[in-house]
Amino acid sequence: MPQAGTNTSNFGFAGVDEAASGRELTYLAAISEALREEMRRDPRVLLLGEDIAGEFGGAFKVTKGLEAEFGARRVMNTPIAELGFTGMATGMALMGLRPVVEMQFADFISSAFDSIVQFAAAAHYRYLGPVPWVIRAPCDGGLRSGPFHSQNPEAWFVHTPGLKVVAPGTPADAKGLLIAAIRDDNPVIYFESKALYRTLKGTVPAGEHVVPIGQARVARAGGSLSIITYGTQLREALTAAERLSLENIECEVLDLRTLKPLDTEAILSSVRRTSRALVVHSANQLAGVGAEVAALIAQHAFEWLDAPVARLAGLDTPVPFSPPLEDAYRPDALKICEAAKALAAY
Amino acid sequence: MTVTEKLDLYYWMQLARTFDERMLAHWKQGRGVGGTFSQRGHEAISVGAAHALGPGDVVSPMHRDLGAFLVRGLTPREAFANLLGRETGATRGRDANFHGMSNLERGIIGYISHLPHSLPVALGVAMSFRYRGEPRVAMAFTGDGATNAGLYHEVLNMAGLYSAPLVIIVENNQYAYSTPARQASKVKSIAGHAAGYGLLTTTVDGNDVEAVHAVAVAAVQRARAGDGPSLIEAFTLRMLGHAVHDGAEYVPRELLAAWEARDPVVGYRRALATAGASAQQLDEIDRRCRMEIEDAVAFAESSPWPDPSTVARGVYAAAQEPPLT
Repeated sequence: MPQAGTNTSNFGFAGVDEAASGRELTYLAAISEALREEMRRDPRVLLLGEDIAGEFGGAFKVTKGLEAEFGARRVMNTPIAELGFTGMATGMALMGLRPVVEMQFADFISSAFDSIVQFAAAAHYRYLGPVPWVIRAPCDGGLRSGPFHSQNPEAWFVHTPGLKVVAPGTPADAKGLLIAAIRDDNPVIYFESKALYRTLKGTVPAGEHVVPIGQARVARAGGSLSIITYGTQLREALTAAERLSLENIECEVLDLRTLKPLDTEAILSSVRRTSRALVVHSANQLAGVGAEVAALIAQHAFEWLDAPVARLAGLDTPVPFSPPLEDAYRPDALKICEAAKALAAY
Repeated sequence: MTVTEKLDLYYWMQLARTFDERMLAHWKQGRGVGGTFSQRGHEAISVGAAHALGPGDVVSPMHRDLGAFLVRGLTPREAFANLLGRETGATRGRDANFHGMSNLERGIIGYISHLPHSLPVALGVAMSFRYRGEPRVAMAFTGDGATNAGLYHEVLNMAGLYSAPLVIIVENNQYAYSTPARQASKVKSIAGHAAGYGLLTTTVDGNDVEAVHAVAVAAVQRARAGDGPSLIEAFTLRMLGHAVHDGAEYVPRELLAAWEARDPVVGYRRALATAGASAQQLDEIDRRCRMEIEDAVAFAESSPWPDPSTVARGVYAAAQEPPLT
């Protein structure tokens, strides 16, 4: 079992201890770089959120230094009024600006729910009004933060017509998807993993780097089964795949990257290659993104399957605080190993 | 105000009133689609306030503000076709009655049923003007009912904090559906309460179009000059039900009679006649309004329905629509 009280991957992922080399950036630094580069490139881009301005630079320091470069006009602190400032971003976006809203925690996005799903998401369908904002939502747990600082509410938004939803799992995608989201003419919810912020480093292209919304990526090749995942669980899945390789189980790991619109073809192609699918996410299971992925496979790739589609997700409970409880709640590399072995043996 | 300007205010009020009466007749004949909302009694507020805006300003009216939609450039044809769910309507059949009647080129942003949501959006519009250094103003309309929602208070707080070029019109029509305002809040004065957030607030007789226009002009000038946001609480009575299905039996008849005697359109016509407008001038305006509305109804009824094969189009900005699955 995983050790209680640790925040890192269970298989000793190198993380920040790895020496920085050239264009190695943390996941968090990649997000900051995307914001800075887009603000330099496009004067319509501005930032809104709680505590984001000044030297403080946000609860997680993603926006640190940006007010110094771009001024208070483009890095706006807001009161604690998620509903109000998200609606304000919609008004700015309808006028052609490209606001990037920081929800301090993804958990607080429910306070802004009406302005996202009722006003912003429906505007284009109703009157062809483009709403090119991005909401950055720091999500996920494993950080012993309890029910209101650990959530993964992506399924609410995947269910909402008119939105796009992305969830990067690597520093390169964190940069490239954020840039794509800012340039997109539609409202995009960008789920960034707090668990990966400072513990995941990777090569990030300097300068212009756009990862198109709607494209999954094969993060690891393998013929035994497909692990289909995104966000924090990508790292867990890759760690599990390395371990399973020692037992001659070769996993293809498909990183969805975008949750809406789903890359249906990439999902089906992967299953056609491996004939077995394990869908993994941190969010709770019932009616989650994994349910849609499983349904897609059942509907369109049934003949290729050698085993029922398996799902591994958070439990259908609030996210618990205490380490043994949270570890019991969350998927991780060990649990993925077990689920994958069972699937391979089916 | 010149006689010509006064006659212009009368024209827009009469156009809204004529549209409204024609719409109600249409629904009574069973020729309507879904439900709809009468704005009877609100003409002086919607026309008086919207008329204070200049070119380039942006307005977000609500469902009692047909006058504001029309003054700011939505045509009776586009509005009536929207009521009937036609392809030529303001929302191409996507949204119902007066909801969503937007035209961004003309500076009109449509409301959603969750009425307080026009307020933060209008605040964002105002802040976009500030961001670009443009001397433009945003005006949002809402009702007394919406002032009890938390979002209203979030927006007032931020509008004051940011000193936004925003004008908020609160139409206090005494009822939120069936609930009298006094049963929904202990706050005696919406304007008095709003002043605490740092907005300049005014109350006005919402059945007096010139009075509404005067306070709105002052608020718009103040916003345009960079001196901050204003809130105008305009008093009237919703003269018919919440929507066409609602007989509003819960509104005391004496109250209705008292406000009927102060009808904003009939009263202004009388005042203009007293002030020297000729009966011929006023009759000509009435005739023109009837013609425009009959044309709008005929246009709407002869307009095509939306093509059902297009039902999934338009969810996303055009170039980026995902393939249908």
